[in-house]
Amino acid sequence: MLSVSNLHAAVEDKEILKGLSLEVPAGEVHAIMGPNGAGKSTLSYVLTGRSGYEVTAGKVTLEGEDLLALEPNERAAKGVFLSFQYPLEIPGVPALTFIRTALNAQRKARGEPEVTAPEFLKLARAKAAELKIDFDMLKRALNVGFSGGEKKRMEIFQMAMLSPRFLILDETDSGLDIDALRIVADGVNALRSPDRAMLVITHYQRLLDYIKPDKVHVLAGGRIVATGGPDLALELEREGYDKYARAA
Amino acid sequence: MSVVSAIRTRDAAELPGKRDEAWRWTDLRGLIRQVPAPSDELDVSALHAGPFDALADEVLVVANGRGAAHIGVEPGESKVVALRIVSRGDGAHAARISVDVEVAGRLTILESYEGDAGGYLSQTGLMLSLGKDAAVERIVLASDGAEGVTVSQAEVDLAPGARFAQSVLTSGARRQRLETVVRHPGGHADLRLDGVYLLADKRHADLTTAVTHQAVDGTTQQLTKGVVRDQARAVFQGKIVVAEGADRTDARMGHHALILSDRAEVDAKPELEIYADDVSCAHGNTVGALDDDALFYARQRGIPEDEARALLTEAFIGEVVDRIGHEAAREIARAWIGERLRG
Repeated sequence: MLSVSNLHAAVEDKEILKGLSLEVPAGEVHAIMGPNGAGKSTLSYVLTGRSGYEVTAGKVTLEGEDLLALEPNERAAKGVFLSFQYPLEIPGVPALTFIRTALNAQRKARGEPEVTAPEFLKLARAKAAELKIDFDMLKRALNVGFSGGEKKRMEIFQMAMLSPRFLILDETDSGLDIDALRIVADGVNALRSPDRAMLVITHYQRLLDYIKPDKVHVLAGGRIVATGGPDLALELEREGYDKYARAA
Repeated sequence: MSVVSAIRTRDAAELPGKRDEAWRWTDLRGLIRQVPAPSDELDVSALHAGPFDALADEVLVVANGRGAAHIGVEPGESKVVALRIVSRGDGAHAARISVDVEVAGRLTILESYEGDAGGYLSQTGLMLSLGKDAAVERIVLASDGAEGVTVSQAEVDLAPGARFAQSVLTSGARRQRLETVVRHPGGHADLRLDGVYLLADKRHADLTTAVTHQAVDGTTQQLTKGVVRDQARAVFQGKIVVAEGADRTDARMGHHALILSDRAEVDAKPELEIYADDVSCAHGNTVGALDDDALFYARQRGIPEDEARALLTEAFIGEVVDRIGHEAAREIARAWIGERLRG
């Protein structure tokens, strides 16, 4: 599904990713763990096409299609979704309006018919109930005045509504108490399927108790320096990142 | 010296210009070398419908300076009037309209400025007088042509207990000034003066207001928001004077602008002059760009860049539109904005 090879990327002429390679096949969940400053957030922004993140070498494909040539919204229409570490507040735009605009823009880009208002509302009510989101909250401006946990839940709600193929979760557990974490993880796990893949970016192992990865990669110094099974996350939790940071 | 006398005498030296403090950002004298000849009379029956016709009890048309000159509301009467100020061609014209709303009368004025591609010079003077406990909402949709020069000057006289609420929305003109001067008597009279400007290309709009609180217990709320792109220029001048003894005045003024291009310009001059002791007054003025982080967030969810910009801009302006009281007019205003942001 997602294939990253020898990716180099710079922010303001400073090279952050230095030859990162990664394969995430359909149906799998991979975790990326690493110390602060390793390039975890840079990776998520490069994959989604944020301006200011310049790719200087390497290749990224989704199902064989070159992602780097596409605009951020075109990547989204291909099914790439990033759950932000710090979701933005969008004053004046009700959450439902925002999500419906996004969903229909994606469908239009894929040549699919737009979703009608009643169809959309029906879907939104069902997904909100699953994620224990008060439906009235969706009528308020997106994320404005929401708590950290509510914002993260709103990310997962958007994910459920947009039904992406490739999900990137950037530090999704930060700011969540244990109950909110469980709801968010349930929401993510509900999206696991043989034709989807996920990249879970996290500093701590805690999230991986709830979202079980098939593989764990260690990102240090802008490259993947180790890959293993779920046990690797436990080892990192016990022993820290020191030995990998030194190796990088 | 005034726009009206310049049109009457065809003497360009009578036009206000940058040497006049109140007009320094809207220089008409430097722009107009020769005052155009008087505009031709228009066949009103040949005009298309105005934007608010369907909402009004009466439709009054002032075409190239000619037509209806008075709106009257009897004590306790309530009505909705569409007032269309139509300009066509390359001539000059001026009109004077008086509005008298007697005790406890209610009036909604749905006013539109409708220009064509001509290089007209148009002046409209409105004298509004509100009796005790009268309530007026004035909604102005200014859709001038790109070559037109328009000056609209409203003078509002409030009696105690009166309510006057105004929302002016404009897409500018070659040069345009929409001015409102209010004599506020205090005495629990309530004033709202809002504005929206959406300017593109080389258009110019000037929203100027002056409010004088003359006695105790008056309230004024002002909120103006605007967007400029390309080489457009917006001017906001808001002045609130609280006269000596006008205690317990509560006045708030806000002006917030988005600049979407390097070559666009916003000039703002908020002024509070306070001569009374016990007042609550505040003003806020900000000029900025669209939030790049919010734009990326919207695009990551699949919204194309142009649509993301329109959505965020619409939301920014929406705060002002939401304050329009007349529901159907509010929706027309919202649609008018949507068309201009996506057009």
